Amino acid sequence: MNLTELTITQAHNGLKNKEFSSVDLTKTYLGKIKKTDKELNAFLSVTEELALSQAEAADKKINSGNFGELTGIPCAIKDAILVEGQKCTAASKILENYVAPYDATVIQKLKKEGAVILGKTNTDEFTMGSSTENSAFGVTKNPYDKTRVAGGSSGGSAAAVAADEACYALGSDTGGSIRQPASLCGVVGLCPTYGSVSRYGLIAHASSLDQIGPLTKNVEDAKIVFEAISGKDKMDATSTDYKFEEAKVELKGLKIGVPKEYFAKGIDKEVEKIIKNSIKKAQDQGAKIEEISLPSSEYALACYYIIGPAEISANLARFDGIKYGLSVDGKDLLGVYLKSKGHGFGAEVKRRIMIGTYVLSSGYYDAYYKKAQEVRQFIRQDFAKAFEKVDLIFCPVSPFPAFKIGEKADDPISMYLADIYTIPMKLAGLPGLSLPVGKIGELPVGLQIIGNHFQENKILSVASHIEKIR
Amino acid sequence: MISKEEVKHIAKLARLELTEKEVEKMQKNLSAILDYFNLLKNVPAIKIEKSASGKASAWREDETRPKEAGLAEKLIAAAPDKKDDYIKVKAIL
Repeated sequence: MNLTELTITQAHNGLKNKEFSSVDLTKTYLGKIKKTDKELNAFLSVTEELALSQAEAADKKINSGNFGELTGIPCAIKDAILVEGQKCTAASKILENYVAPYDATVIQKLKKEGAVILGKTNTDEFTMGSSTENSAFGVTKNPYDKTRVAGGSSGGSAAAVAADEACYALGSDTGGSIRQPASLCGVVGLCPTYGSVSRYGLIAHASSLDQIGPLTKNVEDAKIVFEAISGKDKMDATSTDYKFEEAKVELKGLKIGVPKEYFAKGIDKEVEKIIKNSIKKAQDQGAKIEEISLPSSEYALACYYIIGPAEISANLARFDGIKYGLSVDGKDLLGVYLKSKGHGFGAEVKRRIMIGTYVLSSGYYDAYYKKAQEVRQFIRQDFAKAFEKVDLIFCPVSPFPAFKIGEKADDPISMYLADIYTIPMKLAGLPGLSLPVGKIGELPVGLQIIGNHFQENKILSVASHIEKIR
Repeated sequence: MISKEEVKHIAKLARLELTEKEVEKMQKNLSAILDYFNLLKNVPAIKIEKSASGKASAWREDETRPKEAGLAEKLIAAAPDKKDDYIKVKAIL
């Protein structure tokens, strides 16, 4: 039996039946990381000491008989989520030596479950990007083709799960950062409804969009992790009193909406074929397919790249060289600010701070920021109308499979287009899941399943059916 | 195309030091991105229904939250420049 290939449920059963211990499992993963991660670069740091002490504690818990599905199961955490006492860099030079002073709420919850944390995974700097090429510490390679990107920003988390370097991982999604790398690496990625998982302890990118979620080997595992990390947290005022309840939704009679705008232009023909084939299979099982229209779609990307950067320009003002992180001396206080940010931030982060500052600056606010907020309402309304008619929406995650490292690195707009199908529902705060449904040669392709607010249960139930017939 | 002066002005507002080379690249990138935003001028006039807006603001009690002992020390320890329990900042006046 290859321990690193097991799903959460399989590993849990192995632990329960005493086929192996959590220490065995953890050591196997640590060995695997040592062997394969030099080339892949999914991990920014490996927390070996923490992992082994957690595994020992988990084994005690297991021996006592009182333990849950995540007890003793090794996971990887995106390096934008704080784990107390461990470095948290957000893949930025400005936080290169920053040690997290406390646990994020999701980490507190996982620790309570007895989870084992193997390490922190690579991301685009401050989670801004679609390929991890914006990481200050090197790109993560796609396990299926090492000349290609793993996607981003949670590319390290996706690659770690795909390459069996972790049983599951946490990522975060602001415009597609869980679903897109999941699609490119052939794993399951769930971006939960805005408000269903606490953001406390997630380094802020754009606060009205950021959301933490799981990347896993299958749908069942995504459900287990989501259930463990979701719920109201008084440290995050936007978190909602929400309790996951399992739903059993059959494909027969299910109304699936397929937005025509998502197949209009720019989509790779092979991706389109795989997604349409998947939709056809659902139809063969009795689902009713309805073409729907989301006319706001074409404005979503522009809307996102105004609202996101506006929030970034405010959120990243905190990196001032005074409270924590890199500090570069200047002749006065302003000099410290200018130099610390100038030296600490990478090109994409600077670009977004500049866009955000521009659209919020005097004279431009109405034309850009206010307009974008109106468009965001338009988008919400579009989805609300769609969900009056259909139960779920099926569409692609990414217009293309994993692209070559460097291919889009010099052209911000062509990189931004990688998230064209993941951004619209994000602006409406909706949940979405990426499910691997096919391959172009070696390269995985994910189907996106979008649900109405807090209908993760419906998405997961339907995804588990599709998983069986793909 | 936005001017170099505009780029420098925005960078100053953002407290961001940019090299001459960065200013040039930013000028090009920002102009392309702002051009792309022109798309929003085509958004049809739409009636926004109240229900389509997001969640109402949430209120909470203004209460102290007990934190573990030692957190304050850890937060201060993270500051690059400090003296005893104080974080040092350059003189403003």
